Amino acid sequence: MTAYFNETHNQARETTRKFIQTHVLPHIDDWEEAGEFPREIYTLAGEAGLLGAGYPEALGGHSEGDVFMKVAISEELMRSTSGGLVAGLGSLDIALPPVIKWARPELRDAIVPSVLTGERIMALGITEPGGGSDVANIRTRATRDGDDFILNGSKTFITSGHRADYYTVAARTGGDGHGGISLFLVDRDTPGFTRGRHLKKMGWWASDTAELSFDDCRVPADRLIGQENGGFAVIMSNFLAERLMLAIMGYTTAQIALEMAMEYTGQRQAFGRPINGFQITRHKLVDMATKVDVAREYTYRCAALMQAGKAPVKQVAMAKNLCSDVCESVTREAIQLHGGMGYMREAAVERLYRDGRLLAIGGGTNEIMKELIAKQMGL
Amino acid sequence: MKVLVAVKRVIDYNVKVRVKPDNTGVDLANVKMAMNPFCEIAVEEAVRLKEKGIASEIVVVSIGPKASQEQIRTALALGADRGIHVETDEEVQSLEAAKLLKGVVEKEEPKMVIMGKQSIDTDNNQTGQMLAALMGWGQGTFASEVAVDGEKVNVTREVDGGLMTVGLKLPAVVTTDLRLNEPRYASLPNIMKAKKKPLESVAPADLGVEVAPRLSTLKVEAPKQREAGVKVEDVAELVDKLKNEAKVI
Ligand SMILES: Cc1cc2nc3c(=O)[nH]c(=O)nc-3n(C[C@H](O)[C@H](O)[C@H](O)COP(=O)(O)OP(=O)(O)OC[C@H]3O[C@@H](n4cnc5c(N)ncnc54)[C@H](O)[C@@H]3O)c2cc1C
Ligand SMILES: Cc1cc2nc3c(=O)[nH]c(=O)nc-3n(C[C@H](O)[C@H](O)[C@H](O)COP(=O)(O)OP(=O)(O)OC[C@H]3O[C@@H](n4cnc5c(N)ncnc54)[C@H](O)[C@@H]3O)c2cc1C
Repeated sequence: MTAYFNETHNQARETTRKFIQTHVLPHIDDWEEAGEFPREIYTLAGEAGLLGAGYPEALGGHSEGDVFMKVAISEELMRSTSGGLVAGLGSLDIALPPVIKWARPELRDAIVPSVLTGERIMALGITEPGGGSDVANIRTRATRDGDDFILNGSKTFITSGHRADYYTVAARTGGDGHGGISLFLVDRDTPGFTRGRHLKKMGWWASDTAELSFDDCRVPADRLIGQENGGFAVIMSNFLAERLMLAIMGYTTAQIALEMAMEYTGQRQAFGRPINGFQITRHKLVDMATKVDVAREYTYRCAALMQAGKAPVKQVAMAKNLCSDVCESVTREAIQLHGGMGYMREAAVERLYRDGRLLAIGGGTNEIMKELIAKQMGL
Repeated sequence: MKVLVAVKRVIDYNVKVRVKPDNTGVDLANVKMAMNPFCEIAVEEAVRLKEKGIASEIVVVSIGPKASQEQIRTALALGADRGIHVETDEEVQSLEAAKLLKGVVEKEEPKMVIMGKQSIDTDNNQTGQMLAALMGWGQGTFASEVAVDGEKVNVTREVDGGLMTVGLKLPAVVTTDLRLNEPRYASLPNIMKAKKKPLESVAPADLGVEVAPRLSTLKVEAPKQREAGVKVEDVAELVDKLKNEAKVI
């Protein structure tokens, strides 16, 4: 390892690895096929302290401000070989930070601890059927009515959308554009709030992805997260950690695929020798390893900048694009090196390829990342 | 009662060990190290004794280079109360390890010492026995069950052909076998808390022991690569091969 990680991070890795080996790996293929993993995994992860990393101790967390703790845990969680499991367990990481930073203390204290223990599941609802890239133009409305807001509209592609208990939801409270958006904390049981069918996906099968609809859904005004009409900035600041996470998932997915390809080509024989006995195979593996290493080291650099208190918006956007591209090309080559076996569902590398495809779309598409980078470059 | 647990830093069991080109030993450079799996079982057993209210304090000791403190910290995160690090960069062989542990035991006066039956690096399976002999204590080795009963402990041992239960007067030495328990992993908050638990460092000389190897290693070689097996047509051919080729029946 590098100097980015200390002994405590390594111990946390060990715990996470054992957690995955004990509770996840024996069942993950079944959960993938079933399109869901048991709720119990949240509470087990909560007990192990895997959900609380990066959050205040007073709310049940630990390692607040320790970015590399999050990196270490995320890399090891990805060893489950299931992007869906990581996304499902991780939906709290995109839904909770606004609540911790901006919700009223009473609301925050009432819900955060139960999410970090895994008893309650949390989801973030920004994307709408009408569009996800153009966040400033979302259409779900929240109209003031006395001490309440009344929500109308719908959301889609929401991770943990079906079984979450709490939802951080963006809705329009003001005029057009980014200046008219607010965030709300919505309880699962609020009348007028329903969840649609489980969406079938190309990858991330083990995560629950759903549509949400709000039909005259009455939410008390004290459930507002942050300032009225101040939601856009909160959403944007929230993206940094999410994109770092997606970058980590990208290079780790690629790393696992590389390891599988190395193992397979060392054993599989063709034309009287192991597949890696051909120079072209060795060079292919070298190219894969080079990409993975560069992607990982660049992402570590971004994490180090965040650790130093900076907000490296441009670099993290670059890391997300780099890692999702690396993930796609490395998992593709890993499948290729597995021959027909790589196309079979029993080979985890097949799943890695499908799961990795999401990384260029979720958390802001690669095109949107480029727009962001271009702006930062003064173009 | 106070329980002392010994833990050793060894190559992680997942690592494919490589023999050094000059055959003097195995390559340790950049290799992942971890707590010996049998020692993990020892820690777990001590923690369970504490959870049952039988053990009142768990002291964990490790002998080895500075980095062995990592394994002590891990044991502390799993539930041990304090650590003692006997720091040395020398090669520590079983007898020296037993003498160093004796030094610690005489200072700490535990009612029970729990340790792994062997460490997966050298597989000697003798340190626990040596410690018991040096102390003049009873020993229950290869434990698959440990039941403390007042001033006695009943240890069920995995022996060839079955299980044997020995009753030992305390204090005693217990060494763990694989099936004694399933070790837990440390929760992250407990890892953080372990950083604040006391860890004392002592030198072998403080315990009156000089660490000098008595045995020298002549040569280390990798095991022969397994050759491909053969398929037999039927049972008769198998029996024939076992009789006439392998000559085992
Ligand atoms: C599995 C999964 C889980 C998800 N989980 C969540 C979640 O938990 N919460 C949540 O809120 N959302 C979630 N999303 C939604 C995700 O954030 C959006 O899919 C993403 O932001 C893209 O939005 P869109 O799908 O509406 O695509 P669109 O915005 O319709 O984009 C379509 C295409 O147009 C391109 N495009 C758009 N604008 C521009 C431009 N200005 N310049 C160039 N090209 C452009 C895009 O790059 C893309 O290629 C999830 C999505 C998936 C697939
Ligand atoms: C969905 C599906 C349907 C199929 N249907 C049929 C069918 O109906 N009938 C049938 O007979 N077969 C069928 N196949 C098998 C298919 O033809 C083989 O999978 C394919 O030929 C590759 O062989 P392999 O899987 O044994 O890979 P391997 O031969 O083991 O190859 C593994 C990797 O090594 C590489 N490699 C091998 N030799 C060399 C070399 N000399 N130099 C460089 N690289 C090398 C390969 O390119 C590949 O990347 C099917 C496969 C699939 C996935």
